[in-house]
Amino acid sequence: MSGFTPASSMPVFVHRSRRGAELVLMILALAVGIGAYAAVGLGVQEKVPVDIVGYGTWLVALLVAAHIGVRLLAPYADPVLLPLVAMLNGFGLAVIHRLDLAAGASESDAFARQQLIWMSLGVVLFLITLFVVPDHRMLQRFTYTAGLGAVVMLILPMLPIIGKTINGARIWINLGPVSFQPGEVAKVLLVVCFAGYLAVHRDALALAGRRFVGIDLPRGRDLGPLLMMWVISLAILVLQRDLGSSLLFYGLFVVTLYVATERKGWIVVGGLLFAGGVFAAISLFSHVRVRVLTWLNPFDYYPDPVNGTSSGQLVEGLFGMAWGGMIGRGFGSGEPWRVPYANSDFIIPAIGEELGLTALLALLLCYGLIVERGLRTAIVARDDFGKLLSVGLATSVALQTFVVVGGVTGLIPLTGLTTPFLSYGGSSLVANWVIVALLLRVSDQSRRPLPTAPSDEDLAAEETQIVKLDKGAMNK
Amino acid sequence: MSELTLFLIRVAYLAILWIFVLAALSVIRSDMFGARVTNASAGQPAAAPGRGKSPAARAPRRGVPTHVAVTTGSNAGVTVPLSQAPIVIGRGSDAAIILDDDYASTRHARIAVSGDQWFVEDLGSTNGTYIGSVRINQPTAISLGTQVRIGKTILELRK
Repeated sequence: MSGFTPASSMPVFVHRSRRGAELVLMILALAVGIGAYAAVGLGVQEKVPVDIVGYGTWLVALLVAAHIGVRLLAPYADPVLLPLVAMLNGFGLAVIHRLDLAAGASESDAFARQQLIWMSLGVVLFLITLFVVPDHRMLQRFTYTAGLGAVVMLILPMLPIIGKTINGARIWINLGPVSFQPGEVAKVLLVVCFAGYLAVHRDALALAGRRFVGIDLPRGRDLGPLLMMWVISLAILVLQRDLGSSLLFYGLFVVTLYVATERKGWIVVGGLLFAGGVFAAISLFSHVRVRVLTWLNPFDYYPDPVNGTSSGQLVEGLFGMAWGGMIGRGFGSGEPWRVPYANSDFIIPAIGEELGLTALLALLLCYGLIVERGLRTAIVARDDFGKLLSVGLATSVALQTFVVVGGVTGLIPLTGLTTPFLSYGGSSLVANWVIVALLLRVSDQSRRPLPTAPSDEDLAAEETQIVKLDKGAMNK
Repeated sequence: MSELTLFLIRVAYLAILWIFVLAALSVIRSDMFGARVTNASAGQPAAAPGRGKSPAARAPRRGVPTHVAVTTGSNAGVTVPLSQAPIVIGRGSDAAIILDDDYASTRHARIAVSGDQWFVEDLGSTNGTYIGSVRINQPTAISLGTQVRIGKTILELRK
């Protein structure tokens, strides 16, 4: 062990709490969110919207509540995560409002209004999560409960009465007036389950195996969990026709497995299984094949559908982004309504059209920073479970963003997922707020100064006390 | 509204967006290099305001630990070189230090190194691992002579 120095001269890094920096960033994030709302009003209606005061107050109240909650409940948490999320959410609200105006939606059934309600619910759940989870390690107790919960959540939409099929995907349940995607809740539960399972079993999965071309391949008998996850993902793909979630869950598991075991063999095996699954799905299921065909040759299916297959959505989105160019057409000067579902899956092309590449790069950078802060939290986390949990949560944001942005830009086949925090979609928004709460919780635990170990004098004092007590007990 | 006004609004808005991103980046930058560093050998008090003595403020015992020794308990006298780290302590046959202690779990605790600092980590034992009278619940830094208690056994790092 060369270069070993006495422990006492080791530099001790003490993170500052940085809540002041967070507040400054929150104010900037609010400027972005409310500024976007004002810019939409100026661009589309040629006047600052009349309700900007009420809207702004509500947004300020929500985000200030979140900030104060973090101050009280997680004082050492990462200072950048919350402002990033607040900015994306506020910006998304403004873009959804702009699409509402284009669609001529009335005040009461506007998507932006519903999204604001979902955001309020998300912030409330964010605070509740921070409050009821004072220490992320308590979640490890619920490893298998979370796994079971996730499976139940995934099965719920398949049930006859509450399950509902929207746009060909059976991933919704009816809860009275609102529809909900339980898959989004399952996502969070699965991350907890993976982290808890792998924190305990990673030694076994990282151990024995054969070495082949410089890569350690795992043993056959250790493939069980991977195969199980593969089957579940395929089942989601086949039974619920939900390409995006299937990809997300499987990717999450492989990444967490790789991080837990530090063995590239799992990536190789996981990748081969994935390739096999994709190949089988393409040859067996028409709804998957359509996605691949429209991805490879989008212009063959535009403007007129061929055999009922249309790529209008994808191509209109590409046109929109091309027309937007570097700095976009400006709010109100584009035609983002030409893309169906512009406010959920296709919000990225809508932004690209009206604000251009400059804005898209800023947004992608923000997603990059969220993921970076998540992985950073994993690095400084002091326990295995915390590390794996934050890796899983960061990966879920990363994969979801990659799958959506890759899909709408034609990099990978289009799959239906919402852009985190930006798109219209209540279940996704709420689940992502909970993800941020959990990330902040792990981050708070790991950046907090270490509990003080008793000094030698303290120890000596303690020991004499114990002896005294023992004697006293014996005399009785 | 004139074309120019709309253009200015657009450019101003993009500027706000990027100011936010750059501000976030600068906070990350200062967070990366701005963490306060305490060097205990320089005699500075630890920077943990309001949290009492920090581990670095302890009076250090000079020297590099080379092995871990059982000082009290039925296995007293057992030593294991630290070169085998991480060292698992417990009643199980796969532990590096096999304890004959009814209050120890099969895989009770682990002693591992991170950089130059040795840590003891409880592996979810039933009766807990103690430093002094404090039950540890996360990897805790130990140095030469820190007494780690597992059941009726006490271990410490030795030169």
